[in-house]
Amino acid sequence: MDYAAIVVLEILYMIGFLALISAGLAIVFGMMRVINLAHGEFVMLGGYATIAAAKAGINIYFAMLVIAPIVVGIIGLIVERLIVRFLYGRMIDIMLATWGLSLLLIGLVTLIFGNTPVSVPTPIPGYRIGHYQMGGYNLFVIAVAAVLMCAMWFVLRYTRVGLIARGTMQGRDVVASLGYNPSTIFMLTFTVGAALSGLAGGVMAPLTGLLPSIGGAYIAKAFITVITGGAAVIAGTLSTAGLFGAVDQLVSFASTPVLGEIAMLALALVLLRLMPQGVTGQFFRNST
Amino acid sequence: MTGAAFGIGRIHWQWLAALAVLLAALPLVSETNTPILLAVWALFALSLALMWGFAGILSFGHAAYFGLGAYTYAIASVNIGESTVPVLLALLVPALVAAIIGAMMFYGRISDVYLGVMTLVVTLILNRFMNATAGDAYKIGNARLGGFNGIPAFPTLNVPGDPKMEIYGTAYYYVVIACLFIAYLVARWILSSAFGRTLIGIRENEIRMELLGYNVPAYKTAIFSVCGAMAGLSGCLFANWAEIVTPSVFSLGTTAEVLIWVIVGGLGTLIGPMIAAVALGSLKLELGHQTLVDNSLVLGAILILVVLLIPRGFAPSFTLWRQRLAQAQVHRRQARGTRRRRIALQDVKQ
Amino acid sequence: MSEPVVETQELAVRFGGVLAVDHVNFVLRERELRCLIGPNGAGKSTFFKSLTGQIRGANASGRVLIRGQDTSGWSTHQIVRLGIGIKTQVPSVMNGLTVAENLWLSARRTAGHDGADAVVEEILSELELSAIARRLVGELAHGQRQLVEIGTVLANKPWLVLLDEPAAGLTNVETERLIAIIRRINQTATLIVVDHDMHFVRTLDSLITVFHQGAILLEGHAEKVLTDPSVREVYLGNRA
Repeated sequence: MDYAAIVVLEILYMIGFLALISAGLAIVFGMMRVINLAHGEFVMLGGYATIAAAKAGINIYFAMLVIAPIVVGIIGLIVERLIVRFLYGRMIDIMLATWGLSLLLIGLVTLIFGNTPVSVPTPIPGYRIGHYQMGGYNLFVIAVAAVLMCAMWFVLRYTRVGLIARGTMQGRDVVASLGYNPSTIFMLTFTVGAALSGLAGGVMAPLTGLLPSIGGAYIAKAFITVITGGAAVIAGTLSTAGLFGAVDQLVSFASTPVLGEIAMLALALVLLRLMPQGVTGQFFRNST
Repeated sequence: MTGAAFGIGRIHWQWLAALAVLLAALPLVSETNTPILLAVWALFALSLALMWGFAGILSFGHAAYFGLGAYTYAIASVNIGESTVPVLLALLVPALVAAIIGAMMFYGRISDVYLGVMTLVVTLILNRFMNATAGDAYKIGNARLGGFNGIPAFPTLNVPGDPKMEIYGTAYYYVVIACLFIAYLVARWILSSAFGRTLIGIRENEIRMELLGYNVPAYKTAIFSVCGAMAGLSGCLFANWAEIVTPSVFSLGTTAEVLIWVIVGGLGTLIGPMIAAVALGSLKLELGHQTLVDNSLVLGAILILVVLLIPRGFAPSFTLWRQRLAQAQVHRRQARGTRRRRIALQDVKQ
Repeated sequence: MSEPVVETQELAVRFGGVLAVDHVNFVLRERELRCLIGPNGAGKSTFFKSLTGQIRGANASGRVLIRGQDTSGWSTHQIVRLGIGIKTQVPSVMNGLTVAENLWLSARRTAGHDGADAVVEEILSELELSAIARRLVGELAHGQRQLVEIGTVLANKPWLVLLDEPAAGLTNVETERLIAIIRRINQTATLIVVDHDMHFVRTLDSLITVFHQGAILLEGHAEKVLTDPSVREVYLGNRA
C-alpha cells in the first residue's frame, strides 16, 4: 500500500516535471510553430538566476517564482528581437539558429559562472510514507506544475488575451485581419514562453546541481513531449507528459532509471511514427 | 543528358590531382595526427552533405551512425583480433540500422520537423544506453561496453591478413586520405547517375516524383543507408585514431557539429562542407588550447550568423547558385558567339 | 462497345462526418475524353484523388478498377506505373531544376537512361518549350510552368492522362494551345479533365460527368449537359 503510494507520487512528479519543463516550449510551438532548441538553456538560465538571487539573500521562493521568469523573459525578448523574428515560418532555420543560440548561451554561462556545479538546498523537508522517505519538494513541483497548467488553460480559454493567442494559432492573417499586430503578438508569446522556461528552471534548481550544460537534459525531454503532443498546447502537453511520465517511472521501478528513460524515448519514436501530427492531431482535436 | 546537369558540375580532375599531390606530400612538412582527425571529420561532413544537400534529408541524429561505426569496429576488433572484418562490419552495421530506421520513417511519410525529432531521439537512445553500460554484465563477446568510460583498448588497423603488421602514423594518414578521396568519388558517381538525379528530383518535389511513378520512400531509405555507412566509416577511422571509443561519439555535440559544418560549408555542395569541417575543426582544436574564448560560444555565434545572413533560407541558396551558374554559362556562350562572329567578319573582310 | 479502362464501384470517401464522394459508379472507356465538372465542394477533386491513390485507407470504401485491375489501396507510384499520367490541382514541378531536367526525370522511368534524351527533345518540340529548355522552372511564368508540368506528365508516355484544372490561371491564348494539346493527346490516350472553366469545357466538346454533393448528377454529351436545367440550377449563378 505504501509502495503503491510511492509509485503514484513518483509518477505524478514525473508528469509534473515534464509538463513544467515543456510548458514554455509548448506555448511557443503551439502558437507560432517555433521550435526553440535553446529552450533547455532558458531553463538553465532560470536556474542560475534563482541560485544567484538566493545566494544574494533573496527569498528562494521569490527568486524562483518571480525573479527567474522575469530575467529569462527579458532574455527571451532580446533573443526574439535580434534573431527569431527574422525567421518566422522557416521552421528548420529556426531550429538551427536556436541550436546555435543554445551553444552560445552555454559558452557565455561557462565564461561567467565557470564549470563547477552550483546548488542550493531544497527548502521543503522530506516526509515519510510507511517505510519510505520521500522528498517533500517533489510535492511542490507537482503543485506548481498543476497550478501552471490550470492557469494557462484558464487564460487561453476565458480571457481576451487567450482568445487572441488562440486566434494566432490559426494563422497570422487571422489575427492581423482582426486588427492586432502579429509581430507584437509573436514577440509577446516568445517572451512569455521564455519566462515559463525560466520559471521551470527556477523551480527545478534546488533539486539538481546546476551546470552550464544541464540544458541538454531538459531540451530532449521537453522537445519530445511537445512535438509528440501536437498542436494543442495544454491537452497535448498533458497527454504526452502523462504517457511519458507514467512509462518512464513504471519501467524505472521495474528495472533501472536508464531503461525507464530509454523506454520513454522508444515510446516517443513509436508515437511519432504512428501519429505524425502528434497525439492531439489524432485525438482531442479541438482542444486547447 | 550527360555531363553537367542537375546542378552537378564536371569533376575538375586537375584540381583533384593537385590536391592529392599536396596531401601526399603533407607528412614531409608536418605531423599527421591532426590532419588525420580533420580528414575523418571531412568524411563525416561529406556523408551528411550528400544526404541533406542532394536528397533533402535533414537528420538531427547523424552522429548515431558515426558512433555505431566506431563502436562496431571496437567491439568487433576485440573479438576477432584482426581488423579487416571489423572495418567491413563498421560499414555494414550502420548501413543496416540506417536502413531499418530509414524505412520506418520514410515509409511512414515522416518528413521535415518530425524526421528531425525522430533522428534526434534515436541518437539520444544510443547515447543514454551506452552511457549506462558500465559493469561486466554489459559486453558483446569479449568486449565490455564500458558505459561512460567506453572501450579503451582494442586492436587498431592492420594490413589485411596480417595482424602483426599494424598501420599507424603516416601509413594510417595515407589510408584515411585514400578513404576520403574514394568516398568523394563515390558520392560524385552517385550524383551523376540516374539514382542521384532521382534523389535531386525528390529533394525538389517529392509529390511530383511520386506522381511520375518513383517509389520515393525506397530511394530515401537507400541514400539514408549509404550515408549511414559513410558516417560509419568515418566513425571507424575515428576510433582507430583515438584508440578509445566513448559514448561521446553519440553526443548532441557531435551531431550539432556536423550540421554546422554542412550549413557553413554550403548546403548543396560536397566540397564546401568538407572544407568547413577542416576549417571549423581546426578552429575548435585551437580554441581547445586556451580558455579565454569558449568553443561553444564561437560555434554558436557562427551558426546563428550563417542562418541569419543566408536570405530566404537554404533551399533557394541552391537555386541561386544554379542561377549564377546558368548565367555564367549564358555569358560564356555569348562570348563564344561574339568571337565566332568576329572571326566570320574577318573572313568576310578578307 | 470497348471495355472500361477506368471504373469505380460504389466508391465512397468520408472525412469525419462528411461524405465527400457518395457511392459513385463511374465508367470510362478506351480513348475517351471525359470532363468532370461541378460546383465547389461537389466532390470532383476528391474523386480524382481516389483514382490517383492520393486518398486511400480508412477514408475510402468501394472499388477502383483500372483496366480491370483493382487498385483500391494502392499507393500513388504503383498506380502511376500502370501507365497513368497525373497533373494535380496545385502545380507540381521541380522548381530548382531546368525544364529539360524535369522532363528527363519523367522520361527516364519509361524510356531508360539511353532513350530519355530523345523523349525530352520530342516533348520540348511538341509543346514548343525548346526555347526555355535550359531555364529554371521556378523562374518561369505560371502558364509556362503549367505547360512544363503537362510535359512531365506526357514524357513517360501514359495511356491514361488525368488533368486536374489544367486551364487554371492560363490566358486565352494559352488555353487555346492547351486545348490543341489535349486533342493531340486524345489521339493516342484516354483523358479525364477536371475543370471549372466553362468556356474551356465547352470548347473541348466532350462527354461530361457532372458532380453534385458527392454524386453524379448527370452524364452526357457537352451540348446536352451544358444546357440542362438541373445543371444550371446546381451551378446557380455561375455563368455557363
